[in-house]
Amino acid sequence: MEFFIISVIKIVIVLLIILTVVANLVYVERKVSAAIQNRIGPNRVGPWGLLQSPADVLKLFIKEDIVPSTANPFIHSLAPVISISVALVTFAVVPFGGSVELFGHQVKLMIADVNIGVLYILALTSLGVYGVTLSGWSSNNKYSLLGGLRAAAQLISYELSLGLSIIGVVMISGSLELDRIVEMQSGFQWNAFLTPIGFITFIVASFAETNRLPFDLPEAEPELVGGYHTEYSGMKFGTFFLAEYANMITASSLIVTLFLGGWQFPFLETFGLPAMMATVVQVLTFVTKVAFVLFFFIWIRWTIPRFRYDQLMNLGWKVMLPLALVNLVITGGLILAGLF
Amino acid sequence: MTTNGQQKRPQIRKKDLSLWQLSYIPEIIKGMFLTFKQILRPKFTRQYPEEHWTPPSSYRGRPVLVEEDGVERCVACGLCARVCPALAIEVQASETEELAKERYPERFEINMLRCIFCGFCEEACPEEAIVMSNEYELVFSNQEDAIFGKEKLLMTTEQLKERLEFLKESR
Repeated sequence: MEFFIISVIKIVIVLLIILTVVANLVYVERKVSAAIQNRIGPNRVGPWGLLQSPADVLKLFIKEDIVPSTANPFIHSLAPVISISVALVTFAVVPFGGSVELFGHQVKLMIADVNIGVLYILALTSLGVYGVTLSGWSSNNKYSLLGGLRAAAQLISYELSLGLSIIGVVMISGSLELDRIVEMQSGFQWNAFLTPIGFITFIVASFAETNRLPFDLPEAEPELVGGYHTEYSGMKFGTFFLAEYANMITASSLIVTLFLGGWQFPFLETFGLPAMMATVVQVLTFVTKVAFVLFFFIWIRWTIPRFRYDQLMNLGWKVMLPLALVNLVITGGLILAGLF
Repeated sequence: MTTNGQQKRPQIRKKDLSLWQLSYIPEIIKGMFLTFKQILRPKFTRQYPEEHWTPPSSYRGRPVLVEEDGVERCVACGLCARVCPALAIEVQASETEELAKERYPERFEINMLRCIFCGFCEEACPEEAIVMSNEYELVFSNQEDAIFGKEKLLMTTEQLKERLEFLKESR
């Protein structure tokens, strides 16, 4: 019972925080893109345009929800739900702090302490394809279908290098538990430094997994109108939109957890802070790192143009996959030599 | 050297590139630095409703009638209405004894929904009585409001000083 209540509280808090961050990430993206293009960006709604996201969400809720007459209405409605729930549920295993003692209970700062965390992540990110593909298929529109097919092909191609680059990390820490992986990265023993190739392949693959530029082929506007969400309107479209940003947050927190030391603040234990303070610092460290990776996501989006479809496939199969395999061999060799 | 005097850039072939260059990583880093530098540079955005743009005198805004000494210059010859390609102008002439001129427009209407801002009326006018102003904010809530009568079209010579001088120079 106690475990149940604690879990529910954690879920509610984390869900609220993530949904708020997702909404405001849209604002941040628009501001950063504006800055990169020498513009100002949204500044009309509220101070500095901070109320832009609530206004947008409100607008999407009020808008008419149009379902094409030839669409499959059940799957048409189901697809955005799959997209957003997969994006949010993946966050369940991400540890955002060590354990803390609250009101006499030892609370771990992650929602689900699963001992196969990495497998859980890989399983769920593959599920994300269904949302995109089903939405493309059920719309009964050739552009949507093309977008959905592209998404399926792209996600499957990059899933491989994503998984293989995680295996390097798993080999080093010898565990599938994310908590354990983070603990192994104390000090500056970040996996990003230990397996640099794996780090790069993971970042590139997660860009492809989240459908962000330079890999946003499933929704390439000039070619596919809107891609898989062409036939969506109102809050169903908004759900896809939010799912994209929720995916971004999940991907960033995975990059941080697996490669950038998670909530570890280097050499925090030497400062001799009280336990409560240390936990606050850990959570803040995690948030700051995620924020930096998110900025990197946005920064890349406004720097690099979109790949052509054949280039995308070439990169995925002929470059990323061999690189991930090479990374495995190198990491294995280093472990065999006893360096880690 | 090409004909326009620019140095032709040496052609880069894929076989000449090293593996490091082929990975695109140096170019991506270069691009990232470029976009980051843009963040620090001044912004170009004009905060429009607060920060109004005044067009140069060569700008063709909405056509207006020139008012000199309290009377419009127009003698209602109807040339503007004749030349208007969009048939936006309607003039109804009338005779007068009181003014220096013999004819004056009893009614002068421009349908701003038809006007295409070509400036032919201004060019055709023998009296320089209809000119293009620098106003570009035209908002109406119904079609009747879009038909501008004399009361909306008249503008004093002081208000149109820049445009009139520009016309003098360019003619």
